[in-house]
Amino acid sequence: MYRLFVVSELCDGLIICGMARTTLTVNGRPHVVDVDADCPLLYVLRDTLELNNPRFGCGLGQCGACTVLVDNRAVRSCSLPVSRAAGKKIVTIEGLATAGQPHPVQQAFIDEQAFQCGYCLNGWVLTAKALLDANPKPTDGDVRRACESLICRCGSHTRILSAVQRAAKNMAVKA
Amino acid sequence: MSAPTSKITRRAFVRDAGGLVIGFSMLDSSLAPRLLAQSNALPIAPKSPKKLESWLHVLPDGGVQVFTGKLEIGMGVDTALGQIVAEELDLAPSRVKFVLGDTETTTDQGGVGGSTSVSLGSRPLRNVAATARATLVQLASQRLGVPANQLQVRDGVVSSKGDATKRVTYGELATANLDAAAGEEALKVSGAGFALNVEGPAKPKDPSTYTVVGTSVPRVDMAPKILGTYHYITDVRVQGMLHGRVVRPSGVGATLIGVDESTVKGIAGYVKTVADKNFVGVVCETEWAAVKAAKALKVTWSTPLQAFPEQKDLYSQMRAATPKATRQGAKNGDVAAALAKGAKTIAARYDVPFQSHATMGPGCAVADVRADGITTVWSGGQKPHALQKGYAELLGVPPERVRVVWMQDAGSYGRPGFEDAGADAVLLSKAVGRPVRVQWMRHDMTAWGAKGPACVFDLTGAVDAQGNVTAVRFVSRAFSGGEILYLPDSAGNYLAGQLTGIKNTTGVDEFADWGGAAPPYTFSNLDAIAHVLTGFHEVASPLRSTHLRDPEGPATSFAVESFIDELAAAAGVDPLDLRLKHIDEPRAKNALAAAAEKFGWDKRVSPRKNISGDVVTGRGIALGTRNGTYVGTIAEVEVHRKTGAVRVTRLVCSHDCGLIVNPDALKATIAANLVQSLGRTMKEEVMFDRSNVTSVDWNTYKVVRASDVPATVEIVLINRPDLPPGGAGEPSSRPTAAAIANAVFDATGARIRQTPLTPATVKAALTAV
Repeated sequence: MYRLFVVSELCDGLIICGMARTTLTVNGRPHVVDVDADCPLLYVLRDTLELNNPRFGCGLGQCGACTVLVDNRAVRSCSLPVSRAAGKKIVTIEGLATAGQPHPVQQAFIDEQAFQCGYCLNGWVLTAKALLDANPKPTDGDVRRACESLICRCGSHTRILSAVQRAAKNMAVKA
Repeated sequence: MSAPTSKITRRAFVRDAGGLVIGFSMLDSSLAPRLLAQSNALPIAPKSPKKLESWLHVLPDGGVQVFTGKLEIGMGVDTALGQIVAEELDLAPSRVKFVLGDTETTTDQGGVGGSTSVSLGSRPLRNVAATARATLVQLASQRLGVPANQLQVRDGVVSSKGDATKRVTYGELATANLDAAAGEEALKVSGAGFALNVEGPAKPKDPSTYTVVGTSVPRVDMAPKILGTYHYITDVRVQGMLHGRVVRPSGVGATLIGVDESTVKGIAGYVKTVADKNFVGVVCETEWAAVKAAKALKVTWSTPLQAFPEQKDLYSQMRAATPKATRQGAKNGDVAAALAKGAKTIAARYDVPFQSHATMGPGCAVADVRADGITTVWSGGQKPHALQKGYAELLGVPPERVRVVWMQDAGSYGRPGFEDAGADAVLLSKAVGRPVRVQWMRHDMTAWGAKGPACVFDLTGAVDAQGNVTAVRFVSRAFSGGEILYLPDSAGNYLAGQLTGIKNTTGVDEFADWGGAAPPYTFSNLDAIAHVLTGFHEVASPLRSTHLRDPEGPATSFAVESFIDELAAAAGVDPLDLRLKHIDEPRAKNALAAAAEKFGWDKRVSPRKNISGDVVTGRGIALGTRNGTYVGTIAEVEVHRKTGAVRVTRLVCSHDCGLIVNPDALKATIAANLVQSLGRTMKEEVMFDRSNVTSVDWNTYKVVRASDVPATVEIVLINRPDLPPGGAGEPSSRPTAAAIANAVFDATGARIRQTPLTPATVKAALTAV
């Protein structure tokens, strides 16, 4: 079974035995986890850290439901062994807001009422965030290309595409 | 959790209704809220739908908690129902909270399906809210000493019209027992399932006075989902929970010879392999261990049957097969005579493949089967009350010992397999005596989930010299969408049941029917016959068929609305004009006209003249009618004649579903219907070999992608405040395929009679022109 140790507990001298000790920085907080080095980051986030938003969609890196930001790149956590996430900055949807304020990308998706079931949304929102950080004024074609490898089974695409453009505008005003 | 027996326990129950308590991780309070789900310890007592408090509680903060067997599966149903309840109660919609689809605390309203959640599902809630308001006003009247007819309600505050200082809030009346005030059995029950209704003494409001219904209230689940505070079924955790995964047979009809547990015993956290007849699953302490064990477990199966045809022979075999059942649909006039006399007679065959639910999240469920048989199952299936019966049968216990708690899974669109995942969890939990969470892997969902049935159609028709349709003969042959009944209320309905030797006895014949899916054309000579075909294998077949969004509707509409277009071309008439000529229903005509106006429909005969160049464009129209909802869809396409690639550049959709409850949420649902059905038209096809479905993931089962989405999607809402709200979950999925195929014909002169419209299929049709 996965075991979670908060750093302060470790400092208190707790002895860990287990598979491989990995330090993860998730949403700005360090965690030391003791898990199989091959275990995909997704299961560590969901089951060990109880961060529910990266979702299992395919386990094959084909759909994006498990997307997280790793050093501000949108990454499929179902296909990234936890050992390869060590020492990197991991951000999940729940870590995107700052000081209780939704990130402008989240706000744009809320304003567009973008999704149907929303199970896929980690992929779209975090891919949009990474895209806009790199390319603040994407064309419609840029957005579609960036999102081409994501699935939304419900077909919410028209509002999603609008939300990304709305986010670009919101962020341009802020900048 | 015990059944509420007194007023006090009932009130306490409200706080943790659904068996869910939102708490925080014991380890780090900065982490996301955590679901600590609680299992039942005692059998449940069903609640009487005759009682007001079975449906609605007033909360001390002045809001209300509504208990409904309806669910929210991604289209904003709870937001719309909340508006309807808020309207009747004169309360802000944000103050209406729901408990959805918990068999212990909500009435069986048939779950969701058939686009009925608002149209039928709102009726009892509207009536309950109206009677609750009247009861609260009566209680306020007693409290304030003011006659009820002198009282007004604004946002949950009851006050005297003449003296505003005389006031009491709903919250201050929350301690009162509504049943005692309204009468113990104040509600009259009629119907059952989707059609269940209750009526109290108070009449609901006149729709012309609505102020909340008809406005675009933001969806209650949208911000929490995007901010990451919403909980799906996948997030349920129960104390002591283990993780399970299933291992399906090596092909249809393969039987289990043996499992070699030594192949997984070394996996850290491995608990048990469960093998019962042909059902195989593994249970582990952690999810990752279960994933690894399911992959590593060596299972020996007998050679699968070669039960399926070669895929290329599917449609010819379907046409050659002896039908299992036949239904005569619409029949009037003398079709044979009219065909013989027609100025022009045409015949066409249309083919539609098996399609997969392939839900965004593979099925997930948590089951806690206790040694005494008292069971709690958390499931995202669309019919929790039916699942309660089915899981009870699987366990061999009475239904009152099983509680099913619905929580949202990914968009389900029918009977996708969430039901089967719950049955898997039940068997695994029973075997290990602890709660087990099962989530399917992608291949379990895409390959082994039940399918939308393949359908073929043969149509013949005639037109006269004046451009009128004089005869239509329609023959459909399809696997039954009811082979796996949409109501999963029996153990044989589930894959786990079938794999453990339980027969599927509840399947029914469902037809790809003219009556159900064709618009109301007034042809003077019409003969419509529908055949149902026997499935390729009786049990546990990955090609077993069931309801997929608008069952048989998109397929039948593709055939009929394409054929109408073919008749228009044969008659030398504009395809919109031909439809208008043969339809009396004013709402259908109006929907077509509204779409045509928005699009800027240029009246002419298809195909367009002077087709030249590598890239050509065209437009096509189709009508969809479904249980009182009317949809007109127009597609504009760009066809690359060298490659056969089709790009849909614009979709216009008019939509009349009666009274509109929430225009923005309705538009979102229609837009998603259009895009999803575009994917079904252009890409979706279940591939199979002689023994297996070979569409197992997103590479082998292709769905719509960002690049496929038209640059322009325009929706024209037609509001009918004089009519009750109708359905919107499915109707706008229906005409998309024919609108696109008709546009391809307009652009190229090539008629595509098979979905999906892959470049190869289109290219072949272009070559044949």
